[in-house]
Amino acid sequence: MTVLRTPPGSLRWAGRDLGSWPVLGALAVLWLVFQAMNPNFLSADNLVNLALQAAPLGVLTLGVVLVLLVGQIDLSTGAVSGLAAAVVAVGMSQQGWPGWLAVLAAVASGAVVGWGYGWAFTRLGVPSFVLTLAGLLVTLGLQVRVLGSTGSLNLPFESWLVRLMQQAFLPPWLAYLLVALVVAGYLGVRLVERRRRAAAELPVEPWRPVAARAALLAAATLVPTWYLQTNRGVGVSVAVFLGLVLVVDLLLRRTRWGRSVRAVGSNVGSAHRAGFAVRQVYTSAFVACSSLAALGGVMAAGRLAAANQGSGGSDTNLTVIAAAVIGGTSLFGGRGSAWSAPLGVLVVGTISSGLTLLNLDSAPRYIVTGLVLALAVTLDAVGRRRAPVTGR
Amino acid sequence: MNGRAGNRRGPLEGEPAVLAEPPALALHGVTHSYGAVRALVDVDLDVRRHEVVAVVGENGAGKSTLVGVMSGVLVPDAGEVVVDGRETQLTSPGQARGLGIATVFQDLALCEDLDVVENLFLGQEIRFGPLLDEVAMEREAQRLLAQLAVRVPSVRAPVASLSGGQRQAVAIARALLGEPRVLVLDEPTAALGVTQTAEVLTLIERVRDAGFGVVLASHNLTDVQAVADRVVVLRRGRLNGEFDADVAGYEQIVAAITGVAIGPGEGR
Repeated sequence: MTVLRTPPGSLRWAGRDLGSWPVLGALAVLWLVFQAMNPNFLSADNLVNLALQAAPLGVLTLGVVLVLLVGQIDLSTGAVSGLAAAVVAVGMSQQGWPGWLAVLAAVASGAVVGWGYGWAFTRLGVPSFVLTLAGLLVTLGLQVRVLGSTGSLNLPFESWLVRLMQQAFLPPWLAYLLVALVVAGYLGVRLVERRRRAAAELPVEPWRPVAARAALLAAATLVPTWYLQTNRGVGVSVAVFLGLVLVVDLLLRRTRWGRSVRAVGSNVGSAHRAGFAVRQVYTSAFVACSSLAALGGVMAAGRLAAANQGSGGSDTNLTVIAAAVIGGTSLFGGRGSAWSAPLGVLVVGTISSGLTLLNLDSAPRYIVTGLVLALAVTLDAVGRRRAPVTGR
Repeated sequence: MNGRAGNRRGPLEGEPAVLAEPPALALHGVTHSYGAVRALVDVDLDVRRHEVVAVVGENGAGKSTLVGVMSGVLVPDAGEVVVDGRETQLTSPGQARGLGIATVFQDLALCEDLDVVENLFLGQEIRFGPLLDEVAMEREAQRLLAQLAVRVPSVRAPVASLSGGQRQAVAIARALLGEPRVLVLDEPTAALGVTQTAEVLTLIERVRDAGFGVVLASHNLTDVQAVADRVVVLRRGRLNGEFDADVAGYEQIVAAITGVAIGPGEGR
């Protein structure tokens, strides 16, 4: 009988859902500009360094993405990473703990902080902005206390953590094997899905776009791997970070937990009435964020072979939030993906690395990062403002 | 709204097979107060399969409270709830759902950033081991939407991109997913334009013809007269008349809603 017609909003939606293309465009522009100003910028050596710098920050960003997805914020990830760095340094160099125990203790300290946030937020209703601001100060104090009177500790250079984060690179065969596995895995998942959709008599995507996307993925993974291999290669910390992104991406898109995270961030009342345990969802997001922040702190401590009062300090807390938003995760909750972390952190890292190569101090770095963030938030806000106008 | 006379299966005209079975949902003497305010006083209501019962009244007449009782959100102070001939208590929305009473609230309870399939299965996802079975959910969604003749641009489009009528249709389809017996709709057309209202009313008829009992809480008499089989009027928390929608006139119902005295009519 009456057929519901397509609303004019769907066109606008198409205009709004640009996916990752704006970030990739911005990245391309930044790379071209920096390369024009300093021919060393796109050298394999510099890109290897950029990747190594970005990896620990990226792990922090990944956690921030989760908290932003449930519509909350964590201002203290940098401080938590600093606390974790202090814990791992004290554990390994002063207490003589085995490395795995020190790392475990550091990540656990982060999880405890996150659980505290989750408890205070869900049971006491304290806004996450103030809550994590208070947490930032508390963890900062704890970090200073853990480090003790010297305020700075070195990790033994021969410890596996330092070797792994500083000097360990994937052997070429392993790097290419992983690339092949990722591409083959992507194709395999697509093929299985195609077959199941055909069996379920659902529309099946034509061959060409699938093949094109697989080819694009192959190129996007193979070319950087090859280019980095011409120098030192792909750092272990980079591989760890990308592995975490893949895992979080799978959790977010294909599990009930991930669905609950996006539902809570989109409309908490609806999620509650749909039967999701909203409190647990919030708490899990805070715990995951702080745990990832702690892990990032451990990775950073390994990379610098040291922890001090400045670890995870200065602008880290805010930079990772900027990176998550630049990467495409909405500040308003419900929209975003795990891939915002590598994309956003690549943009932030590019700005930092490019301006360092130009021998500029931190002033332009802050300003440029801030302007890019403002641009990203504006895109986010405009996209959000348009959405509810359609329909009713 | 063609062919309505042929589809009519209201108990007043009678179709023995339907009359013989107990009402899918019956309320007897339901009373509820918010502090000193008596929102519902001694209200009776029967809903049978294959019929649309409209609950009308002024703002504050008790419509929403009645919807709350039927959906399990509110536990009434007094009164019986009988589901399929068995007395029971509705203590939570989940339990009411389990007993076959699905409610679409006025705000629809959708997640705007999630797509149509994700919203339809929100909180009751089909899983394949630890992972979500998107293919099965999408197939089921297509089947359900086709059955209700609901068109959306794409089942993978976020709900934020849909029109108000389409959102209402998605919310109704979601309520029907658990195979309920009674569908309770709270002001389904309040926020819609003319075309979208017509679409939703058509959908309500389709749901009725598929054998569900429908309760339609509304203050829009035009919509009610277009689609309802029976009209129940609430005034200040009390029943103030029950009408056969085909026979009762607009003025009669308005009189019952506003409390103006009427001549010998269909009032109880």
